[in-house]
Amino acid sequence: MSLTPLHAIFALMSLFTVGGAVGVVLNRNLIYAAMYLVLSLFGIAGLFILLEAPFLAAVQILVYVGAISVLITITVMVTRCVFCKEPPPRQLTLVAVMAALVMVTLGFVIMTRFGGLTPAADVPADSIEQLGVAFVNPQAYLVPFEVASILLLGALIGAIFIARDDLPRDEEAVGGDDHA
Amino acid sequence: MLTESVPLMQAVVPVLPEMGLLLLLILVLMHGVFSPKESRRTVCVITGVGFFTLMVIHLSVGFNFVGDPDFSGSGLGDIVRVDAFAVMFRAMILLAAALTCLMSGESRAINRRVEFYVALIVAALGMCLMVAANDLILVYVALETASVSLYIMAGFQRDSKLSSEAGLKYYLFGAVTSAILLYGLSLIFGFTGETNFSRLGPALSALTANGSEGVFALVVALLLVLVGLGFKVAVVPFHFWTPDVYEGSPTPSVAFISTASKAASFGLLVRFFSIVWPAEMIPYWAGLLAALAAITMTLGNMLALVQKNIKRMLGYSSIAQAGYALIGVVALSDTELGAAAVAFYMAMYVLTNLAAFAVISAVEWNTGSVQIADYAGLSRRSFPLAIVMVVAMLSLGGVPPAAGFFGKFFLFSAAVDAGYTWLAIIGVVNAIIALFYYLTVIKVMFVGKAEDESRYTIRPRLAVVLWVTGVGILLMGTLASPWWRWAVEASQQLTVMLP
Repeated sequence: MSLTPLHAIFALMSLFTVGGAVGVVLNRNLIYAAMYLVLSLFGIAGLFILLEAPFLAAVQILVYVGAISVLITITVMVTRCVFCKEPPPRQLTLVAVMAALVMVTLGFVIMTRFGGLTPAADVPADSIEQLGVAFVNPQAYLVPFEVASILLLGALIGAIFIARDDLPRDEEAVGGDDHA
Repeated sequence: MLTESVPLMQAVVPVLPEMGLLLLLILVLMHGVFSPKESRRTVCVITGVGFFTLMVIHLSVGFNFVGDPDFSGSGLGDIVRVDAFAVMFRAMILLAAALTCLMSGESRAINRRVEFYVALIVAALGMCLMVAANDLILVYVALETASVSLYIMAGFQRDSKLSSEAGLKYYLFGAVTSAILLYGLSLIFGFTGETNFSRLGPALSALTANGSEGVFALVVALLLVLVGLGFKVAVVPFHFWTPDVYEGSPTPSVAFISTASKAASFGLLVRFFSIVWPAEMIPYWAGLLAALAAITMTLGNMLALVQKNIKRMLGYSSIAQAGYALIGVVALSDTELGAAAVAFYMAMYVLTNLAAFAVISAVEWNTGSVQIADYAGLSRRSFPLAIVMVVAMLSLGGVPPAAGFFGKFFLFSAAVDAGYTWLAIIGVVNAIIALFYYLTVIKVMFVGKAEDESRYTIRPRLAVVLWVTGVGILLMGTLASPWWRWAVEASQQLTVMLP
C-alpha cells in the first residue's frame, strides 16, 4: 500500500478532530475550549469531504463550525467565570477510566467489524440531488424530514417560553372562571 | 427520482393522527394569537376535545384498515408501520393527552398558557410516530420530538426552582442518553447498511453467523440502544431523573410523562426487540433484560416505601412498574404473548396513573399540598376523589377488581410460559411489598383525621377525567377478555412481514 496525498490529508484531518476534542476536555479556559471545539468540528467536515459527502461537509461547516460554535462562544461569554481557572472536577480518574473503557470497546468493535469491509461502490455524481429527492419522496424519507421540522418548531416555541424573562401577565391565576 | 406516484390514501391513512395533530397545533397557535384574553381560557378544553376526537377517528379508521397491506404504511416506503399494535398504543397516547389537557385546567403552574398545549401536541405527535416507526431514522427523530417537548413540559413552571431543576435534569440526562442511543443506532446501520426494521432482522442475523466477533459487536450496539430506551422508560440504572422530575414538574406534565411517554417507549421497545434483533441474539438480551427487570422492580419498590411526597412516591412506583412491564419484553424472547402482556399492562397503567394524578391535581388545587400526610380525611372531604384514588392504588398494587390485577397476571403468566418462572416469582414478591405503600395511602385517606375537614370542590372537567379513568380501570379489571384478545391479535401482527 503506497501513501497517497489522501492519506496525508486524512491524517491531518484526524489530527484536527482528535486533537481538538482532547483540547476541549483538557482546557480549563472555556473560550479556548470552545475554539478547540471549532477545530474538531472543522476536522470532521474535512473527513466528510474525504468520504465524498460534500453536502454533509457543507452542512457541517455551516451549521456546526458556523452557527453552533458562535452560539457556544456567546453562551460562554455570558457565564460568570470565563477566564478564571476552575478546579478540575472530582472523580476525574474514574471518568477517565470509564471513557478509556468505552473507547477500547468501541474501538475493538469498529476495528473488527469494519476493518475487513470492502469499500462501497463509487458515490454517484448526483448524490446531492438524490439526497434531496429522498427527503421529499413519500416512499423514502419524507415523514422523518417533515417531523424534524415539527421538532424544530416545538423546540423553538418552548425555548422562547423558557428563556423569555418578561412573560405577559395578562392571564391572572386560574380560578373563578369556570362558569364560562 | 419520483418515478411512481403513491395513491393519496395510502400515504395519508398511516399518518392520519399525526396530520390531525398538526391541524390541532395550528388551531391552538391561532387561538393563542388571535382570540381575546377571556376566551383563551378555553384552550385546555379545545385541545382536549381535539385529542379525543383524533383518538375516536384513529380507532375507527384503524379498525377498518388494519391488516390491509395497502394502508399499513407501505405507501410511505415502509418507514411507518401501522398495525393493530401501533393503533392500540396510539389510542393510549391520544387518550392520555386528552385527559392531561382536561387536568391541566386546574393547574396554577400551567395557568392555561398556550405553550403548554403546543408542547403537549408536539410530544403526542412524536410518540404516535415512535410506536409506529419501522425505520431507525424515524425512530430517532420521533424520539427526539417527543423528548424535547417533554423537557419543556417538565420545566414549565418557570417561577419554581423545583420545576426548573426538573426540566434541566431531565434535559441533561435525556441529551446524554439519546446521544448514546444514536451511537448504538449508527453502529447497527454501519454493520448492515440498512435502516429499515424489516430488512435489519435478516441482515443482523447474517452478521451473527460469522462467529463471536459479530455477536460481540451486536451486544455492544444492543447495550448502547438499551441505555437510550432504558432512560425513557426509567429502568434502573437509568432512573435517577425520575423522582426529581416527578416531584418538581407541574402535575399534568408528570401525568403525561409517566403515562404516554412510558407507553410510547415500551411500544417502541417491544417492536424493536421483536423485529430487529435476530433469534441468535435472544440469549444475550433476554438474560440482561431479566436481570434489569428484577433490579428495577425491587429498587423502585424499596425506595417508594419511604416516600412522604405522593408525587415522589409515584415516581419510584413508576420505576417499579417499568420493571414489571419489562418482564413482558423478556417473555418476548419465547412467546409473542409477551408483547400482548406489555400492551395490556400499558393500557391499564395509562388509565391508572392518570386517575392517580387527576386526584393529586384536585387535592393540590384545593390545598396546595402534595404530601401524603395531607391526604388525611380525604374520604370525608371528597368521597369521589377518595374512591378514585382507592381504585387507582388497588390497580397499581394489582388487586382485583381493578385492571392492575389482570395486567400483572398476564405479565407473570407470559414470563412462566417463556421459562422465566424465577422472574415471575420476584414479580409477585415485589407486588406484595408494593401493596404496603399503596395501601398506606388508602389508610391515610380513610382513617387519618385532618383538623380542617371542609369539603373540596371538583371542577366539571376534572370530574370527566375521574369518571373516564375510574370506570375504565374497573371495566378492564372485570371484563378483561375483549381487551386481552385485542392485545393478543395486535401482538400477532407485530411480526407479520409485509409482502
